Formats: sequence, C-alpha cells, structure tokens
Amino acid sequence: MCMVCGCGDKVMVGDTEMSHDEAHRLGLAHHHPGPTAHSHSHSHGGLTHNHSHDPTHGHAEGTENRHGAGDHPDAQEALHFGLGAAGVSVPGLGQARLIEVETAILSKNDAIATSNRRVLNALGVLALNLVSSPGSGKTLLLCRTIEALGDAPLAVIEGDQQTSNDAERIRATGAQALQVNTGKGCHLDAQMVGMAIDRLRPRPRSYLFIENVGNLVCPAAFDLGEDAKVAILSVTEGEDKPLKYPDMFTAARLALLTKIDLARHCDADLDAYEANLRRVNPQIEILRLSARTGEGMAAWLDWLRNRLAAKA
Amino acid sequence: MHEMSLVEAIRTIVEDQARAQGFARVTLLRLEIGRFATVERQALDFAWDVVMRGSPADGATLEVIELPGRAMCLDCGAAIEIDNRLDLCPLCSGDRLLPQRGDEMRIRNMEVI
Repeated sequence: MCMVCGCGDKVMVGDTEMSHDEAHRLGLAHHHPGPTAHSHSHSHGGLTHNHSHDPTHGHAEGTENRHGAGDHPDAQEALHFGLGAAGVSVPGLGQARLIEVETAILSKNDAIATSNRRVLNALGVLALNLVSSPGSGKTLLLCRTIEALGDAPLAVIEGDQQTSNDAERIRATGAQALQVNTGKGCHLDAQMVGMAIDRLRPRPRSYLFIENVGNLVCPAAFDLGEDAKVAILSVTEGEDKPLKYPDMFTAARLALLTKIDLARHCDADLDAYEANLRRVNPQIEILRLSARTGEGMAAWLDWLRNRLAAKA
Repeated sequence: MHEMSLVEAIRTIVEDQARAQGFARVTLLRLEIGRFATVERQALDFAWDVVMRGSPADGATLEVIELPGRAMCLDCGAAIEIDNRLDLCPLCSGDRLLPQRGDEMRIRNMEVI
C-alpha cells in the first residue's frame, strides 16, 4: 500500500470501491481517492518501477499493463493477524508468550476467493464449481452444455492432477478452456483459479465453469470464489453415495443426477438418490439428466440462464 | 482429507507471525477444529512432523480443541447440537437438519519463546 494516501489498497471504479489489484484484474479505469499528489513504485510484469500519481490519475481501461496476482501483496493478503501479542504472561515459562491468533487455517485461500468473487461479480460472470467423483461424466456434460448454450460467452477452467486431455475436449467444442494441473494436489484452490481467471479474462455476463479435480472430499473445503458448487452424481455410483460423502453434497446448491439413461441397466433407484441427497442437504436443488441422450438437459440450461440473468 | 495442505497453511501463518511478532520458536499451538471438518488427527500429526521441520514450530506440541457440530432442524425449528451429519433431531426426530456450525478450522493461539 502507498504510505502517502493509502492507495493501492482501495480505489474507486465509478461508485464502486474495490482493491487496486481487482481494478487492474478487471482492466477498469479507476482513481485513487487520496488527496495528495505523490509517487509510488510497483511492478508490471516483474519490473519494478516508480511512477507518480496526482489524485485523479487514471489507469486506462483495457491496458496491457495489468498487475499480476502477486504484485500487490497488500491486496492479496487481506490477512489481519493484527491482534498483536496477547501480552499474557505464562508463569514458569520465562520469556514465553501466548499469542492469540484466531485465524482460520485457510484464511489465505478465503481472502483470495473473496477477491475472485468480487472480480467475477463486477463482471456479472456466473461462476460454477463443478464437483464430483472421477468418472461421473463432468466433461461430457460440459461439452453438451456448451454446445446447447450456443453463442453464449463462456470459459472453462479444467482441474486435473495430470494431462490436458479435458481442456482439449472442451476446446474441441470451440469454447475457451484453460487446464490447471494440480500435480500432487487433490483440489483446486483460490489462487490457482485466480490466476486462471486473470489468464482467461472472462467476458462480462458470461459463464465460467470450473471443473474441479474429481474428488468428493477435499474440494468441499476450498472456496474458489464461485457462485455455487454443483455436485454431479451419476446413477452408476450407488444410491448411498451422498450418505458416504456428505460434506460435498452439503456444500452444493445443486445436484445433477446424471447418466439417467443407464438407470434401468444398473437397477438404480432415482428416488432413493434424491432422498439421500435431501437427507444430507434439505435445501439442495436436484435435476435429473442424461448428457448422452439429452433428456433433462433443458431444465439444466434453464437453471443456468436464470442464474446468469439474476447476476445482471 | 488434506491434512498436508492444512499444515502447510499453518506453517505459512506461523512464519508470518514469527516475523510480525518477533519470536523464534513455537512451543505449543492450539487449533480449533469443528466436528464436521473431516480432519483426521492421525493424518494431522503425521503431516505436522513432516511439514513443520525447519520452521519455528519444529517440535512444537499440537493441541486440538474439537468444536461441536450444530444444526437447525427444519422440522421443529430448534437449534441443536449433533455429533454426525446424519443424526436425527434429538427433540423431534426430524431428519431435515441444516448444518450451521462444525466446519471450523482455526488456529486459536500459540505459546512462543
């Protein structure tokens, strides 16, 4: 943060206050509310330089000199450990001090997720975090969804441990897709998604589908800045899956019961699937569909269009 | 679930705190973990030893305070405490419980020298 006026932390975009970094991520013209002309240094593309501000200076809209996620650590690190030393003396421990931290373990992730959410909300982008077991049919569902949405602007972030196979499948539909490989990681985190958003630069009022790593456990805990988690559960997985992995289905707003064309081949009881989903999350919305036959896809597309319209 | 990632996040916070507060070593660190946070104590202890090596919390004792799971019963409206996500409402035996607390994962405090 600039020590003269406090800029670099909060700036004004029209009437909206956001962080300096977020304004740059959006490529928006903005001004710093401080009263004094002054200079400060920061980096573009890793080169530190100094430049001066009068109070009304602008950063031109759409400029290429956008700040990377890490250039303004103040904007990223909204970590307020600031309670300071508790000053509690602990008898018998000499110099020992007790420091009250009261910080969420994932506070860094949560702060970046909040920043992602502000950027996406400012753009009117509907961001959905698609979560499921491996092999539930997420990628085929996405391909069919993209085809059905036609000209609607959208982008896809594909999370997998390895390979860019899924991003290639998505790109084959003509959609913009970015593969994020997590390596040994079992989930996407907010920083990975933030960097992907900055790379993809989603268009205003577009869809952003984030296909998380196939895993019903860890991704539940990591907020990415999405509007909603959509859990995909295929009818070949067993009616009691929501009971076995309740965390993810509790965190999801919508469950898509997929591959319903296969239900009769594997004696799947769709009502039992729904009952178990509602057992762990009484407020969950549920849609049944088959990406392969197209059955039920219309209701899913309506859900998407209504959610996007609600963001405008 | 992802105890290794959690301990890595704790290590970052410890290192930030060590710089900000000027201490060299953590002797004890207290976490508050909600009943539904699906953190396994054994996995946490294993990750703790491995990840904290060479950090200010190398060798520190890890203490975990478990926070209860709380839910709202959509049938009778009561705020209740439950041990498992699939429990029934102890008051009305309703099964439509909306979890409200219990997914906390926090560092409460640490003793440092």
